[in-house]
Amino acid sequence: MIPRHFYIAVSVLFVAALAMSVYAWRMRGRAATTPVAAVDTRPVVAPVAGATERVTLFVAYDDLGILRAQSAQIPLPSVRQQRAEELLRALLAIYLDKTSPHLLPPGSDVRSVYLVDPGLAVIDMNAAFADGHRSGVLAEELTIASLIQTLSANIPGILRVKILVEGKQRDTLAGHADLSNFFDVSGFNQLTSQLEAAQ
Amino acid sequence: MRWIRKRRISEQCISKSWISKRWIKRRWLGGSSLFLLPIFLAMLALLLSAAPAEKHLSVYSTVANYSLPIMQRQGRDYVGLLELLEPLGTVSAKLDGSRWRLHYNNILGEFNNGKNRARIQGRDADLSAKFLLENGRGLVPLSSLDSLLPRFLGGPATLHAESGRLFIGNIATHFTATVATDDPSRLVFRFTAPVNPSVAAEPGKLHLTFTHEPLTAPASPTLTFSSKTIPAATYSENNGAAEITVTTTIPLMASFSNDGRSITLVPAKSQPAAAASIKPPTSAPVAQNTPTPPPQSGVPSAPRRYFAVIDASHGGSDRGEALSSTLAEKDVTVAFARRLRQELESRGISTLVLRDSDANLSLDDRAFFANSTHAAVYIVIHAASSGHGIRLYTAMLPYAEGEDRGPFHSWSTAQSSYMPFSQAAAASVAAELRKDQISVRTLTAPLRPLNNVVSAAIAVEVAPPSSDVSSLLAPDYEQLIAGAVANGIVAIRSQLGAAP
Repeated sequence: MIPRHFYIAVSVLFVAALAMSVYAWRMRGRAATTPVAAVDTRPVVAPVAGATERVTLFVAYDDLGILRAQSAQIPLPSVRQQRAEELLRALLAIYLDKTSPHLLPPGSDVRSVYLVDPGLAVIDMNAAFADGHRSGVLAEELTIASLIQTLSANIPGILRVKILVEGKQRDTLAGHADLSNFFDVSGFNQLTSQLEAAQ
Repeated sequence: MRWIRKRRISEQCISKSWISKRWIKRRWLGGSSLFLLPIFLAMLALLLSAAPAEKHLSVYSTVANYSLPIMQRQGRDYVGLLELLEPLGTVSAKLDGSRWRLHYNNILGEFNNGKNRARIQGRDADLSAKFLLENGRGLVPLSSLDSLLPRFLGGPATLHAESGRLFIGNIATHFTATVATDDPSRLVFRFTAPVNPSVAAEPGKLHLTFTHEPLTAPASPTLTFSSKTIPAATYSENNGAAEITVTTTIPLMASFSNDGRSITLVPAKSQPAAAASIKPPTSAPVAQNTPTPPPQSGVPSAPRRYFAVIDASHGGSDRGEALSSTLAEKDVTVAFARRLRQELESRGISTLVLRDSDANLSLDDRAFFANSTHAAVYIVIHAASSGHGIRLYTAMLPYAEGEDRGPFHSWSTAQSSYMPFSQAAAASVAAELRKDQISVRTLTAPLRPLNNVVSAAIAVEVAPPSSDVSSLLAPDYEQLIAGAVANGIVAIRSQLGAAP
């Protein structure tokens, strides 16, 4: 003999399932008729706040193997660390363009820049930047010199720079340029003067 | 701050995870069962540690050298016959009930599951144990290979069953070992073919392990020498590899020469002292015409065996830049290194090529070997597909924070005292390249191991003369570059030779 309360429970569940099915059917029809925006323009990161400023970016040119100082007007936040990140992002934007004179792999980005007193800047790049970077002494050196010189020319007081990839130390950028040590900014100042001179 | 926050979050996660696991244990195992857990873990560890190492059969032939797993069945060693023959020719197999037919080139072999007899080209062949079929794979006893394979291959096959090594055809690399007459602490191995063993050292011994070479035993497995520092060497074979163990009373280092046909073992004990004997850098100007030797401590310098050390960058699994779909940087660098050695030696400069085979050396090893030879100049070769001509690099030293301790110099800035010599060498080489109308640039670069080398050290990056990358290996171009670099070194020989 099946108990009475069992019949009641099954009946209630059946009615609930039926009601949910009707509700789901109605919702599905409503979702299908709702227009979808062609382009999702919602911001994924907070917009950079602050007035635009003129900065100097050191841009690498592969064809001549040189660095060239180039002025740019970009919005810069007031916080020093965020300024450093935006500076490097502006530089990377040039390299990610298809017509770039020194192409970097798609998706290359700066994860963070940490400014530690006295005079240390730690640049944390993402994996796409290093994993897809072209191999070669000069090709790798131009990238590093461009990053370091752009940072030190616009953020005063940086004496040494460390480059990390995904928060970790890496031996070389793409098989040549050493990333295991701290870069001496004064050494890169001398190198930049060599690289600024056309071949 | 971000780092700190992330760490706290992860600590919380770990803590929660640990609590939930503990709750599960209490709920499902009960308190008394927890006592059994360590016993269970200990037994598991014991079983895992007692698991035998996987056995391999190394096969050496003129076509290919390769390795196969050896399987234990019914207390005997077995190998897959199809897998064994596949690299040597065209092979196919067909399963028909318990009968397994194998075609190798035009030869038919018929095997029956569980039978000791097979038929090859219509003739019976006895196996030392039963033929086995496993999921369509035909397994033959290892000990039958030296009688079975000649029937398929039409030539001899020599099996070293105990050590898992199979020689197909008349293929063997022989060697001799002699102590140098002028220096009893130097042992020279000469091989009949290029070799590339892995080198490992332990107190009192140095092991050379040959996995890919068909090295065969000398007349006596134990070689004795009239040297107090290197009294003996023994040859042994095990699990698909041959090994030469050198007994020594001093630390040794190995260097390769003669296109990988010679290995020279030399004492390594004096080199670290030489490297450590450099005093902190002087405040000499960076660019000066005649470099002055860096000051020396009281430690005498080691004798110089080679004037120049050439290092072909990359090697082994590190291919360097993919210059084209078929050309790797490591191959171009070794070709240039060999050419440069010829050019230097033809000008009377004793030269050692650090990487003269497809070996993979770490950057620290390269610096250590370069420093150990106490050469006057270290030249590392790179190649690139972009640009054209030659780029010469000297070290860009990393930021140092007074890490030097008395006479001991920081490894990362060991080059600092020798920078004037390196720059003079680069300038001399650049001048010679310009004489030959070769486009050249001189730069500094954060390029290891230049900063770790305690002698003049330069990097030569060779780019193609035109847009055709394959021209990097053109003999004329190699000759032109190598000749100019060698002339540059010769021109500054006396200055480099004056360096300690």
